[in-house]
Formats: sequence, structure tokens, C-alpha cells
Amino acid sequence: MTHAPALLSWVTFAPLAVALALLVLDGLAGASGRPVAKELWKGAALAATLLTFALSLGLWMGFDPARTGYQFVEYTPWLPHYGIHYFAGIDGISLLLILLTTFLMPIVLIASWHEIERSPKSFVFFMLALETGMVGTFAALNLFQFYLLWELMLIPMVFIIGVWGGARRVYAAVKFFLFTMFGSLLMLVAILVVYVLHHHQFGVWTFDFVSGPGSVVPGILETLIPTTGVWWQTQPWLFLAFALAFGVKVPIVPLHTWLPDAHVEAPTAGSVILAGVLLKMGTYGFVRFALPLFPVASVEFAPVVFALALAGILYGALVAMVQKDIKKLVAYSSVAHLGFVMLGMFALNVEGLEGSILQMVNHGISTGALFLLVGMIYQRRHTREIAAFGGIAKPMPVFAALFGITVMSSVGLPMLNGFVGEFLILLGAFQASPGFASAATFGVVLAAVYLLWMFRRVFFGPVENPENRGLMDLDLREKLVMAAMIVPMFWIGIHPDTFLRRLHPPVLDLLHVMESKTALEAGPASARARAKLLAALEGAGARAGEAAP
Amino acid sequence: MLVEKAVALSAILFVLGTLGALTRRNLIVILMSIELMLNAVNLALVAFSRQWGDLAGHVFVLMVIVVAAAEVAVGLGIVIALFRNRESVNVEDSSLLKW
Amino acid sequence: MVEGQVYPLLRWIVLLPLFAAAVHGVSLGWLRQPLSRTATIALSCGAPILSFVLAFVSLIRLATLPPDARFLTDTLFTWIGAGSFSADAAFLFDPLSAVMTLVVTGVGSLIHVYSVGYMDDDHRDDRGFQRFFCFLNLFLFSMLALVLGDNLLLMFLGWEGVGLCSYLLIGFWYADRWNAYAGSKAFIVNRIGDVGFLIGIFLLFWALAGVDAATVNFRELAVALPQIADQTVTLPSWLGGASWKLTTLIGICFFLGAVGKSAQIPLYVWLPDAMAGPTPVSALIHAATMVTAGVYMVCRMSFLYAEAPGASALIAWTGLATAVLAAAIAIAQTDIKKVLAYSTVSQLGFMFVAAGCGAYSAAIFHVVTHAFFKALLFLGSGAVILAMHHEQDTDKMGGLRQLIPWTHRWFAIGVLAIAGFPGMSGFFSKDEILLSAWLAHGVPGHRALYAIALVTAGVTAFYMFRLHFRTFLGESRVAPELRARVHEPNRWILAPLAVLGVLSVVGGWIGPSAALNPIPGVDPAQSNSLANFLAPSLASTHHEVAFATERWLAALAVAVAGAGALLAAWLYLWRPGLPARLREAIAPVHRLVANKLYVDEAYDALFVRPLVVVSENVLYRGVDAGLIDRVAVNGSANLVRGLASGVLRHFQSGLAQGYLVVMLIGTILVAFMVMG
Repeated sequence: MTHAPALLSWVTFAPLAVALALLVLDGLAGASGRPVAKELWKGAALAATLLTFALSLGLWMGFDPARTGYQFVEYTPWLPHYGIHYFAGIDGISLLLILLTTFLMPIVLIASWHEIERSPKSFVFFMLALETGMVGTFAALNLFQFYLLWELMLIPMVFIIGVWGGARRVYAAVKFFLFTMFGSLLMLVAILVVYVLHHHQFGVWTFDFVSGPGSVVPGILETLIPTTGVWWQTQPWLFLAFALAFGVKVPIVPLHTWLPDAHVEAPTAGSVILAGVLLKMGTYGFVRFALPLFPVASVEFAPVVFALALAGILYGALVAMVQKDIKKLVAYSSVAHLGFVMLGMFALNVEGLEGSILQMVNHGISTGALFLLVGMIYQRRHTREIAAFGGIAKPMPVFAALFGITVMSSVGLPMLNGFVGEFLILLGAFQASPGFASAATFGVVLAAVYLLWMFRRVFFGPVENPENRGLMDLDLREKLVMAAMIVPMFWIGIHPDTFLRRLHPPVLDLLHVMESKTALEAGPASARARAKLLAALEGAGARAGEAAP
Repeated sequence: MLVEKAVALSAILFVLGTLGALTRRNLIVILMSIELMLNAVNLALVAFSRQWGDLAGHVFVLMVIVVAAAEVAVGLGIVIALFRNRESVNVEDSSLLKW
Repeated sequence: MVEGQVYPLLRWIVLLPLFAAAVHGVSLGWLRQPLSRTATIALSCGAPILSFVLAFVSLIRLATLPPDARFLTDTLFTWIGAGSFSADAAFLFDPLSAVMTLVVTGVGSLIHVYSVGYMDDDHRDDRGFQRFFCFLNLFLFSMLALVLGDNLLLMFLGWEGVGLCSYLLIGFWYADRWNAYAGSKAFIVNRIGDVGFLIGIFLLFWALAGVDAATVNFRELAVALPQIADQTVTLPSWLGGASWKLTTLIGICFFLGAVGKSAQIPLYVWLPDAMAGPTPVSALIHAATMVTAGVYMVCRMSFLYAEAPGASALIAWTGLATAVLAAAIAIAQTDIKKVLAYSTVSQLGFMFVAAGCGAYSAAIFHVVTHAFFKALLFLGSGAVILAMHHEQDTDKMGGLRQLIPWTHRWFAIGVLAIAGFPGMSGFFSKDEILLSAWLAHGVPGHRALYAIALVTAGVTAFYMFRLHFRTFLGESRVAPELRARVHEPNRWILAPLAVLGVLSVVGGWIGPSAALNPIPGVDPAQSNSLANFLAPSLASTHHEVAFATERWLAALAVAVAGAGALLAAWLYLWRPGLPARLREAIAPVHRLVANKLYVDEAYDALFVRPLVVVSENVLYRGVDAGLIDRVAVNGSANLVRGLASGVLRHFQSGLAQGYLVVMLIGTILVAFMVMG
């Protein structure tokens, strides 16, 4: 099947290219005495993000759901002596996440059209740079490139939080930056260890994760990372190093405390992108790198991850319940939701993994929508305290209805997107560990508790605060934004197959790779891991045989 | 025999220069002490060059003299700039780059 | 497996109400332009009526099929499919779902019509009238998805959907904080039960996956279940270490879902508070349809419960306990809707007794008859409430028979039906239940079960007649200025009452058991047409019983009910001062019962308050803000800062000579190292 050459690179770099072009143009225009209007900049940035979204739709349509392996692959040597290349490609997992990113960006720009008063030009510049960073990270197949873009994303986010945020923005931005960077440092060391191990085993220096197109050089994925031997070269410790970096991003309790501060202090656009996309970087990293590179460790550590995920689900929900700031409540709800994602992922079967990946997308949409809605009410009343509201369903019925639908999506009501992900996750996790999964199922009750309680306190009851009486309901721009978010909620909830179909090959492939790697080494841990993965594959075989490509 | 005496003299001069650089407060005197250290090294180099009959020592001495000259020029320039701002050539008066 | 007939009409039964709700949603939400009253009525009442017609047509088609292939199917698309799991958006119309669908659409349509009259004064700016019908239609869609879904997951979609609509409709008049609270309570308590439902699905699915028969489709489940019927599960040592039958465990999990949805012990507490919603909501959702979903689910999974005697016994006894408790509380209630609410909980308990004793068709029979007379009673109470201008306390009623005669007549029919007056619908269905308890040898203590159920039936008659007498007969306690404004409600309200009244009288004749069938010459095997019709869908447990035994039991039930009625008459008609004196004599007991045994307060103190307090103080302030943030995160930052400012910065003295010393020392060290 033919497709436009280098489409993936276009999707990745178009935002940054446009941002730089605008920067140059603005400089020239300013120097010649006719500065560019702020609205024009915002419009140009919006056009860039819409263009990127349209291009990513091209990726979607050109993607073959039945093929395993990476598509739209691009490979250019960069520093070949060290094995550093520009190596990008997507499979079903990264396709969904890239689409989520390019989908959210224009919505976010439209939603915060009037919100950014100060230096909107700088703001959109950072947003565009951020988009490039995010898409690039999802598409990266060279470990060096991945790490580079991973760290690079932090900088625009720090500025967005630190300059345009709320009262404690500097603290929140610095905390976010240091926390995430601290986690990533050990991952760098681990990458280098694997790099050196690869050289020992194959005699080549390369950071490529899989073999480049047309190349016989084996990728890092083929490295056999032992489970015994020098401690810092073994799977458990290397896995932990990767897990630390990804775990901070996810976030896994107890590494989560940067999240409430960052989310609350960030401007609406920042919060939506942070919750919608950046958190998925962590979970994506697990699925793409940590699981296939360290399969034995993944199986051995699964109970620990389950425990932490369960802690996240229950703890996140309970702490969310007692929050007085709506945004902080939504932030803690993210911790709970991503606990579910981790639970499903480490079930290491097809149902759990697919549910986990789908839930990544679902969370981006539901929680993104929640932050957008909170932003709308903040624009009107400049407060996020739950106690300042009450009964606002009366002056703002459309807002209440949309908020209600979003809340139900977050709660996991069937027919909306959250249910599909949560159900598959719990189903998969139940096979891995009935006890943990049963306890996690209780999390759905807690989700209803804290979200409905908040909803009731904000929207129902009499309108007591006189400031709430004359609130304006949503205008056309806000309605459009919310409509754009609500449509995928229903689509994924009613016909998730559109998206699940593209996940079947990569998930099966992941399990195959993990299983074959466990077969390479002898030892009780490897044997246990192999047995588990074989069982998961066997179960998957029943359906894979029926699915028509 | 000459070498030993020359190296001994060189060592003494070097130590004198070091002590001067470490203990004196006047910037110009510190610069002169550093010059003394450099010249002590020169003496040692020439002595050894004569001992082993290798011209490399002499060549190196010429290089050191050039470098010393350049360094003195720059150093004195800094001292003058410092004096213009601080009204003093006392080294303790220009300790701003601290906590 | 036998293939049923594909019947594309089925999807429209479910989708028509959804379409109506969507039209309302778009008109209110996006266009901000409400539909006219006529348009709203036409759309919202038309959809359920049309669904009913379609269901009836499907029924006729169904009846032409042979018994072993008596089902219609309609598949839309694959809903969720991953790994070995697959659930379709597909509908199954077999006898069981046919009966339920007809009840839901039939009674539902009547209540939609009734709502036109009841919600008329909601033609205010907040467009309550249209919003109400939007939610009602959405509810109907969810309920139909529940009963027509051909797999557990689609049923769960309907299950949660009715929970959502219940939440929206209970808190419909949301400006009142109590209504919103009651709505939330219903949703959350339901969700607690749903945890059990989900775990049941997981257990069942993985057990079947173990024998290569993984499915959640009902027909496939019925075929595959015998393969795991003998498996046992050993609980981990910290749970007791006992060995349970797998089917029993699964059955208990699913029953937990039913306990939430159908308001059994211990999750019934949401139903009485749900009376905060408008009366049509109470009639439709909390009497006729949603709450019976649990019974439907147990009967749909009858093939599972037939293999799970432990679970069935639990169901029967839980149902009985609930029936007794609710009846006891109902005796002391004065709010007309609260009495009916507790009565519903009690009657649901009866249905579960039947299901637990294996008489699934008896349970469904009672679902049908209960839908008729309970909806009638609720709608009648709504008429009373409207007539009394939103007064609900029976202490302020009495003697309404003269003022609203028609309402009185239809209400009386409902009371007679629920009490089990011979020949009426309630008589037949209740007798089948009591009979099933008498014959349930598989349930331990089933004779005691029967006896207690019998007494409870008598108590039922007592409190229902008590309600009727206090409301309609005797001395009028109505406030004088109100008395002049009490008038009969309009025909939108009376017409459904009439239809339901007729159904309450004759509805029982769809399934009279042979022993009680007074029509001469009827073939005994054909007498109970309902049970025969339902047989292909349900697991059968057939017990032989002599006609004479059955008739004696029926007579006994009538006698007990009659005793209850007479007692009510004596206390509330002939000796009206006596109840007050009795109440004083047993004041503490009465207060306990009138306050619903303080169960809500107990739940609040045991679960809700501690959870909130622990979350606030221990989890949030203690762990999150305290331990993690203050100690670990900010603590480590402060540590670094302290190190730098306390120790390290003193190295930067600013004195060049100090640096020189360090350089010198370093050079000497390096020289020594190099030289060895």
C-alpha cells in the first residue's frame, strides 16, 4: 500500500517547524515596525495543529490493522558510529496515542483562546514544541532518540506551568521538572548498560530498538539480558531503573505527589495536555520498552506492580474524595485511573493489555474533558473551590449535562468509553490475580462516590451563592470543544472495535516477543515467566483465529 | 654536579615563589611570585638540557618565556581594571565571587 | 446448539426509546429549543407504545415456533472483543425476555401516559416536562437492553443504564438537596452490588476459558455450564480455607448484584429514600421494572443456580429476611409512598424466595402481577398526592373516599390484589411462591421458610389495608382549607389506573396452577400457561404435589391474609383510638421500627463517616501531604539545600589564595599518584 513519503516525520515535526517559522516571521515583522497581531499567531498555531491532525488521520487511514510490525518506518543515520539514528515507526499502540495527541492539541488551543492574556505568542510556541516532542516520543524506535525527546518534552511543559500557571506555579513547575528528571536519570544508565551488553553479544554499537529496514544489524530488543550475574546487568535491576523513570510519569503511588501540584497550577491547556498525553508517556514506555526488554522481571515484579496499582486505585480515589478544589480532585482521579491501566498491563494477557492501552486513550479523553470543563467554570468565577458553587445546574444546564456525561465516562458507565477499558482490564487482571482484581473492582464504587459527591455539591441543591445566579451557559466555542470531546466518548463506548482492532497485532506480537525471550535462558524464573506467557497466548489464539484481517 | 646545584637553586626559587604567591597580599607581588616560579622552572629545564645534551629543554624554555610574558600582560591588565573598580590591589579586597 | 430465527424487528424495540431520548437531548442541549407539549407527548409516549406493539408482534411470531427452538435473535455488531472475550450487541427474544419486554413496555407506556397528567405543572422555564420524558425514555431503553440483551455484558449495560436513569429521575427536582442526595445514594448502593456482578462475570468467564468454552452469551452459557458444574474452589487460608463449589461462588457473586439492584438485605436502603423522586418514577422504576431486574437476572441464569444449591439457599433466605424486615418497617410508616416502598422491598423478597427455591417461573409470575398491582398502587398514591396538593403524610388524610371516589376504587383493587384476594392476580402468584417454599427440599429449613413467608403474607395484608383505611376511609383528618380543593385527577391519570386495575384483577389468569384453576375441564398440564410458555428458558425443577395439598395451602394463605385484613379493619376502622394507645404502650419498639431500625444511621456511622475521616486525616494529610510530600519530596530538597548552604558554600571563600592552596595540594597528590 502506498502512502505519502515521510508522513510520520511530517506529523512529528510540522508543529515545531511552524512554530520556528512563526518565530522568524514575528522577528522580521517586529524589526520592520509592523508587529504581528496576537490573534494571527493564535490562528496560525491553530491551523498548524489542525493540519497535523489531518495528517495524522492520513496515518490512520493508511495504517494496515492486520499487519504486525511497524509501519510508516523512517530511517536515517544520524551519528552512525555510535549507532544513533533517526528511526521512527508506528504500530497500533503508538498510532492510537499519536492520534490522541494530535486530536487534543487543536481542542486545547480553541478552549484556551481567551484564557492566555500574557504573551500568547510564547505560549503557542511552547505548545507547538510540546506537540512535536510528544509525537516524536511515541514514534521513536531508537533508544537515544527516545530518551532525547523524553527529556525534551519537559522544557516546554515547565514553561507552560511556570509562566502561565496559578499561584504556586513556580513550586509546581520545579517540582514537576526535578521529579521527572530524577526518575529518568537511572533510565539513562540502564539504557547505556543495555547498549554495552548488546555490543558484548553482537559486536555492534547501536541504539536501534529493532533492526532498521533492510538492515541485518540486530536491534536492542534481541539482547539477552540475563537474570543472574553481575547485579547491575541483570533484568530485575535494569527493569527497576526503567520502571522508576516511567513510574514517576504514570504516576505510580508513591511517586505521584508532583501530579496534584502540576495539574492544579497549570493553565487549562497545560492540565489537559499533561493529563491527556504526558501521563501516557509513562505507561507507553512500559509497554514499548520495559516489558519486552525484561520479560522475566516483568512477570516476577507483577505482584508488586499489582499492589502498587491497587494502592493507586483505592488511595487515589479516597484522597480525591476529600479534596476541596475541583481540579485537585480530578488530578487525584488521574492517579486512580492510571492505577487501573497499570493493573491491566501487568496482567500480561491480551484482554488486560488491550484494555490497558485503550484505557490510556479513554483517560486522555475523559480527564481531558473534565479539565476543560473546570477551566470553563474557572473562567467565569475565578475559583475552583467546591464550596463556592452549588446549584449551578439551574443557570448552566447545558454545562451541567456535559459535565454529567463526562463524569459518567470517568465513572465507567457502559455505553461510554471508560467502561470498555475498565472491564477488559479487570477481566484480564482477574485471570492473573483474582484477589487483586476483586479489590480493584471495588474501585469503581469509589469512583462513583467521589465524582458524584462533587457533582452534587457543585450542580445540585439551591443556588445559595448570589454570584452563581447570573452565570452564563456555554457559548458556541465551548460547546464545539465539548462536542468534539463527547463524540469519541460515545464512539469508543459503543463501537470500540474500531480501535481495538488495531491493537490485536501489536499486543499479540508483544506477548510473542516476551515469550520467546524467556525461552532463551534457563532457570526457574524464566520457566515460570514462559509458562505464564504461553498460557496468555493460548487463550488469545482462540479469538485470533476468528478475527478476519 | 652543576645539575644538582642548578636544580637545588631552582627548587629553592620555586618554593620561594610559591610561598610568595600564597602569603602575600599585594596582587602585583603575587604576580611577581608567579613569575619567579616560572623562571625557577626555566632554570631547571636549562640545567637538564645541558646535562643530557638535548635541545628540547632550551626550546621549551623559550616557549615558557613567551607564555610568561603574555600572562603577565593579561594579569597586569586585570590588576589595573580591578584597581579602577576597587581602589585597592589587596587580594582580600576582591573576594566577591563567594557565597 | 440450535439456531434461533433471526428477526431484525427486535432492535427497534430497544432503539425507539433511545431515539426519542436522543431527540429530546439534542433539542434541549444543542438547539436550546424545547419541543411543544404535543410534540413531546407524541414522541415520548409514542416510542414505548410502538415498542410494545413490536414486542407483541414478536411474541406472536415467537409462539409459532416449536418449543425447543423458541427464540428470536437479532445481532447488530460485535461490541467488545479482545483475546478470547467477545460480547455482541445482539438481542435475544425468548419466552422469558418476551414476558419481561411486554411488562416493561406495557406498564411503561401506561406510566408515560400517566406522567403527562402528573408532570403537567412542570411546564416551567426549566423545561422540566421535556427533561422528564427524556430521562424516562432513556430509562426504557436501558431496561429493554437489560431484558433483551443476549449476553451478560449487554445486560450489564442495561443494568448500569437503569441505575443512571434512576439517579437522574430520583434527583429530578434537583434544587432540593435531599432529592439529589437520594439519587446519589441509589447510584452508589447499586454500584456496590455491581461489584459482585462484575466479579461473577470474571469468575464465570475464566472458569469456562479453562475448559475452552469461554463465552458470556446466555445460550452458549446454558450449554457450556455443565462442564464446570463440578469444579470446586478452595478459599485461601486467611478466608477460612473451606472448599466451595465454583457455581455456588459465582451464583453468590451475581446475587450480590441482584441484592443491590433489587433492594435486598443489606443493600435495600436506597429504595425508601428513592421515593423523593416524582411518583411516576417510583411506579415505573422502583416497583414495576428496574428493581425486578435482579429477579430477571437470577431467572435468566437459572441454569447456573440449578447447579448451585448453596447459592439458591442463600437467595431464598435472604429474600425471606428482607420480606420480613421490610414488612415490619412498613407497619409503622405514615408516608403513603414509604409504605409502598417497603412493600416493594418485601414483595421482591418474596420473588427471591421463589427463585431460591427453584421456582423460577413463579418468581417471574410474581414479577408480572406485582408490576400490575404495585404500579397501580403507586399511580394511585400519586393521584392522592396530586389531589392533596403534594401532601404525602397519611396522618393528614382519611375519609378521601367521598372526595376522590374513582381513585379510591382503583386503589382498593390494588390492595385486594396484593393481599391475595382469591381470583385476583396476586392470589395466584403468591400461592405459587408459598407452594414452592413448601416443596423446596433442596433448601435447608424450607418448612420454616414457608411458615415465616405465610405470616409475612398476612402482615402484608395488614399494612396494605391499614394504608387504605387511613387514607380513604374513617374520619377525615384533612386540613379544612385543603378539603375544598381536593378533586379527582384528570383522565391522563385515571385511564392508566383503570387499565392497571383491570390487569390486576385478571392478570393472574395467565398462569393459574392446575389445582387452583376453577374452570372445569382444563387439562392440568395446560393450566399454567405462563409456566409452560417459560419452560424452555428456565431450568426446571418439577415437584409433584397433590391437588388437595395445594388447595389447603391456598386456603390457609387466604385465611392468614384475611386475618391480617380484619386486624387492620379492627384497629383502623372500628377502634380508631386503639392504635395510638398501642403505640404508646410499646413506644421504644415502635420508635425503632418507625425509624427503619436505624439501619441508615448505622451504615453512616460504620462505613461512611470513618471512611471520610480516615481519608481526610490519615490518607490525605498524613500520608500524601505529610509523609510523601513533606518528608520525602520536600524533605530531600531541603536536605540538598541544607548541605549546599551549610557545608559546601563555605568552600567558595572568594579568596584566590585559598584556591591556590587547594590547587597546590591537589598537584602534589597527583604527582605522588603518577609516580607510584
